Amino acid sequence: MNQDDSRGPQPGLLTRVRRSIWREPWPESDRGRVRLTLNDLILHLHAPRVPQRALRATYSYGLGIFAIVLFGVLGFTGVLLTFTYTPSPNDAYASIQTLTAEIWIGALIRNMHHWSGNLLLIVSVLHLLRVFYTAAFHPPREFNWLLGLGLLALVALSNFTGYLMPWDQLAYWATTIATSMLNYVPVAGASIREFLVGGGDIGEFALRTFFAFHIVVFPPLLAIIISYHIWRVRKDTFSLPRALNEPPLDRRRIERVTTIPHLLNLEIGLALLALALLIAWSTWVPAPLEDAANPTHPPNPAKAAWYFMGFQELLLHFHPAFVTVVIPGLTLLGLFLLPYTDADPRPERNVTGIWFRSRRGRWLAALSALLGAGLTAALVVADEHWLDLPALFGGLPTAISNGAVPIGALALGLVVYYWSLGRQGATRSERNLALFTLLFAAFLTLTVIGVFFRGENMALVLPWNR
Amino acid sequence: MTRRDFFGLTWRVLTAFTAGQAACIGLRFLASRKAEGSFGEVLIAGLSGDFPLETVTPFEQARFFLIRFADGGFLALSSTCPHLACVVGWDTARRRFACPCHGSEFERDGSVVNPPAPRPLDRFAVLIENDRVKVDTRQALRRTSVTPEDLVYAPTTPPPAPGAAPATLDSTAPGQPGPGYR
Repeated sequence: MNQDDSRGPQPGLLTRVRRSIWREPWPESDRGRVRLTLNDLILHLHAPRVPQRALRATYSYGLGIFAIVLFGVLGFTGVLLTFTYTPSPNDAYASIQTLTAEIWIGALIRNMHHWSGNLLLIVSVLHLLRVFYTAAFHPPREFNWLLGLGLLALVALSNFTGYLMPWDQLAYWATTIATSMLNYVPVAGASIREFLVGGGDIGEFALRTFFAFHIVVFPPLLAIIISYHIWRVRKDTFSLPRALNEPPLDRRRIERVTTIPHLLNLEIGLALLALALLIAWSTWVPAPLEDAANPTHPPNPAKAAWYFMGFQELLLHFHPAFVTVVIPGLTLLGLFLLPYTDADPRPERNVTGIWFRSRRGRWLAALSALLGAGLTAALVVADEHWLDLPALFGGLPTAISNGAVPIGALALGLVVYYWSLGRQGATRSERNLALFTLLFAAFLTLTVIGVFFRGENMALVLPWNR
Repeated sequence: MTRRDFFGLTWRVLTAFTAGQAACIGLRFLASRKAEGSFGEVLIAGLSGDFPLETVTPFEQARFFLIRFADGGFLALSSTCPHLACVVGWDTARRRFACPCHGSEFERDGSVVNPPAPRPLDRFAVLIENDRVKVDTRQALRRTSVTPEDLVYAPTTPPPAPGAAPATLDSTAPGQPGPGYR
């Protein structure tokens, strides 16, 4: 410091303030850029240098960046909405109407918030699919897969708590149904429901609880876990795309570029593109707002938000305890165990970075997707028109006739499929891929049926006859 | 155990205890919140003659249907679906109750024709005094199956079989505060 003083007059106040914040000028050399990445609070979530290969657009598709942009938009528009919204059953709906009709670009802000929430769920699921199908969750990235699952759950919960806010018909009935599902959760279900909605109907109590979760509990949790998730990518190293049958790469010899500007510019470009598309979409497509909530009269048919229609479709076919507890429980368990059981530890069997693992994996993915979609559609139609399970198992409780029996039969079918693929010589990772693909295709098919093929009293109809 | 181990363990235990305490305080605070108001009352639906035989009369705000059967028996069915709490509607053409949320269907006596509903529609207690039909909507009575005893007859109409159908119902007596609508 003393030496500096002796050099000449002190710089001006503004310069000194600026230098107290950013110690160094914007770097002109790679060495400086690396140092900036290491020293900056936000930039240090990235490694100072990244493999050239990791920037390939057809590998990550920029889905993580899209998700972060959407989260940012949700935060910004969410803060604005909080200033105009009244969280009370009597005033909530009117405050939304005032927002869209009287406040400057109020409708656009609400549209952006609504569509960002929907898109964030889509982008998160696509991101999960990308990571799954490129085996990017294989060691050493197991824990980041779990963090990702946690984020997906928080995004779904944020969407769910968010759509009670407008207090319209969708809000009221979807929340009534979803919280009633808790009554089928053994031991703690009823207490959790009481904690959330106060015991009786969805009312002021429930709205207050959901509002608190939606604006003060979930967003900061998401922000913290997202930061951790990105930082783990740096610590666990990027997974790198590989061609079919390309041997694992030698990490010490791959070409690397500095994060500034190569990765950073790519991210900023993608972010701006995502933002532009979102604003264009939200300008033209208004967020839906149904009639004000009416606790005595649900709409007919009463459908949840489109992303929960797969679940609602399951509820039409199976006993609620199985849809509420058994199916989600097994799915979550499978997804949690996946990163710890999927990979073959032998280095020559490493498949990280190869789309669909192998040539056989690609065939199996296509076959399983077709099987999952086709069988699901066939079973839904059969259950609607021909299958009468309670009559077949006359006298038995529906928990058995519409729960244990059909779920057991389906599970047995999946086990046989998994086993027979093994007999054909598929590796465990390829069999897992086949099973995952089949179930995901089945869930997508259920969603499509629920959204487009269900009419009055949830009867099966063709979309153009609705 | 060295002195360093002892203090290390002590700090860890105290930290865990503090965190646990914070969690307990938070949960206890939140659990003591109270919901405002409750649903239900003893409601006079009308005179028994107001309800022709073989009819289903909806009471939308009070959330029940008053059904009168061919033999003159009354039955009050909650319109809240026992599956996931949607509100069922009466389908006049098919003479069934149907749920718009998950497609459950119920007979006129509340029994399940079509799952996913796991049990019949809940009923409310009906009481006929001085020819006035009263329905107690404070407590929905759950059933695992439907029985003829669920029906209530006006004292003037003779019950179908001798000695059947009690004039008053088993559960809550009118005038006593009920536990509220669930």
